Amino acid sequence: MELVLATAIGVMTGCGVWLILRPRTYQVIVGLSLLSYAVNLFIFGVGGVKTNVPPILVDGVPNSTLADPVPQALVLTAIVIGFATTALFLVVLLASRGLTGTDHVDGRNEPK
Amino acid sequence: MTGWSHHLIIAPILVPLVVAALLLFFDERQRVVKAMISLASTLILVAVSLALLRIESGPNDFDGVYLLGNWAAPFGIVLVLDALSALMLLLTALLSVAALVFSLARWHAVGAHFHTMFQLLLVGLNGAFLTGDLFNLFVFFEVMLAASYGLLLHGSGPLRVKAGMHYIAVNLAAALLFLIGVSLIYGTAGTLNMADLAARIPDIEPDRRMLMEAGAGVLGIAFLIKAGMWPLCFWLPTAYSAASAPVAGIFAIMSKLGIYIILRLTMLLFGDGPSAGFGADVLLYGGIATIIFGTIGVLASQALGRLAGFSVLVSSGTLLMVLGINDGAISSGALLYLVSSTLTISAFFMLIELVERGQDAGAIVLAVTMEAYGDADEDEPEEGEGVTMPGTMAILGICFAACGILLSGLPPLSGFIAKFAMLSAMMGTGAIGVPPTATVWILVTLVILSGIAALISMTRAGIRTFWSSLEGTVPRVLVIEIVPVMFLLFLTLALTVQAGPAMQYMDTTIRSLSNPRIYIDAVRNAAVVPDYDGVSSTNTGSN
Repeated sequence: MELVLATAIGVMTGCGVWLILRPRTYQVIVGLSLLSYAVNLFIFGVGGVKTNVPPILVDGVPNSTLADPVPQALVLTAIVIGFATTALFLVVLLASRGLTGTDHVDGRNEPK
Repeated sequence: MTGWSHHLIIAPILVPLVVAALLLFFDERQRVVKAMISLASTLILVAVSLALLRIESGPNDFDGVYLLGNWAAPFGIVLVLDALSALMLLLTALLSVAALVFSLARWHAVGAHFHTMFQLLLVGLNGAFLTGDLFNLFVFFEVMLAASYGLLLHGSGPLRVKAGMHYIAVNLAAALLFLIGVSLIYGTAGTLNMADLAARIPDIEPDRRMLMEAGAGVLGIAFLIKAGMWPLCFWLPTAYSAASAPVAGIFAIMSKLGIYIILRLTMLLFGDGPSAGFGADVLLYGGIATIIFGTIGVLASQALGRLAGFSVLVSSGTLLMVLGINDGAISSGALLYLVSSTLTISAFFMLIELVERGQDAGAIVLAVTMEAYGDADEDEPEEGEGVTMPGTMAILGICFAACGILLSGLPPLSGFIAKFAMLSAMMGTGAIGVPPTATVWILVTLVILSGIAALISMTRAGIRTFWSSLEGTVPRVLVIEIVPVMFLLFLTLALTVQAGPAMQYMDTTIRSLSNPRIYIDAVRNAAVVPDYDGVSSTNTGSN
């Protein structure tokens, strides 16, 4: 379980970093999305990886079998904020495409 | 600490938030109403932050901790008001009044929802200054950034969209780093409350400490991007010079937010104990690199907007460098420098727009070409005998000269006082016995050189703009546009006249920062408010 999660985070981060270094705006936004998924999983992971345990205190259940609720709350906030800012970036990307006629991040194609 | 004055702490967040929501109910055509509401909000913010500053520095036992939701400290989110955050709140409020009044002349009308975004930016800034919780800081940071994306694009145009896109991409990446840092710190220390974190750091075992420090480092990068440390600063001059004038004016405080958080967290978390001085070298050498890059940029910029953008970097570099040394007396000089340079740069950004209004877009390029190829305007016919400099140009010229004096740190304005306070403290460390180290000499040289570079660049720009103006047209400047600029410059003058009390306040601030126990105890001992019927709140119960 830990290995799968770690590999997934690693692969997504790697792809994301490579993509945001690309010159096309579409690649950049996909890269940023991948990175934010990776970060969300990462936040989830710092609370400890546990399956099938509730993040709620119940009488008679020892604390060690609880999932940490704080990272779950954090990741929820991070998802919402990340989603909103990505949507905003998408609008700017389209505006840039409309104004410059190219999808290069600098608004012009480099001379070939 | 009880009663209404205690609830005043949350006002700097609530007032702009409510106003921002309220403004959405008005149609864009009711511009005057919107402007008045927005202006009223910023004026209230000035009054509130003045009151907070007065309460905070008062003699009573005001602890400045506000428990949101009435949960005790490590469990609930807290707002903390101390001398530093009160100072930053006041600075933000003053800048916002100036920038808002400036925008009323024309800028607020060139796009939709200017006032709403402006108020939301203030929510984010004030919240980030007040919060005592790392994740809450992230939320306020994002509120501020989201508003700043909109404001940067305000007015549209290819240049703004291009600069805005770079700005958003950089800041989205920075936000992800912020999250990684926060979650690493949570994973190792088990808390996000800054005071609780500071108390727990000495007890973290060595293997987890390394992870915690890695988290703090990643977190630091996010703030350094905001502060504009080299090599994380290449977006800054372009973004700031592309923004419309009032927006750039308020953006001047945003780079100082990064500095503020770094100052707050290093003093609180890494003041003493096993992790003491963590990251100080990065700040020192990063600051040195930033100030060199900024100085070269100031010398190289032809457009005034870029000159101002690089001045932001010089100011950031100077502050980072001082944070890297982490010496009490130098830091209090640096705080004064922070206030002075923020006011200056904000005024300068707004002034630039007024000065450049008289010139058409090609004039600058033309002037540069003529400068390079000799005095081409030598044989230009004089337009008439004894042409008097009109009032507008005179006032603009005086303001420009004041900005130049402030940026280069010449007497008599506050730029000089601030730099003098820093430099004398740096040299003063040697007077006790040991001679100043090589590092200190480098810092002194860099601060002075950056001042000279600013002087050269401002003189060159001033001569080109005011004395050898090709067009000769006088820009039409409204009173409400020049008054905010003069207001900010007047504040620097007031800072000069009242340098004694101001320095005293900075000293007190730095002293309280260098003793993190005060902050930690205040947050930990903050009592929850009991219910009205006298029964202790359920929140303090067995949970």
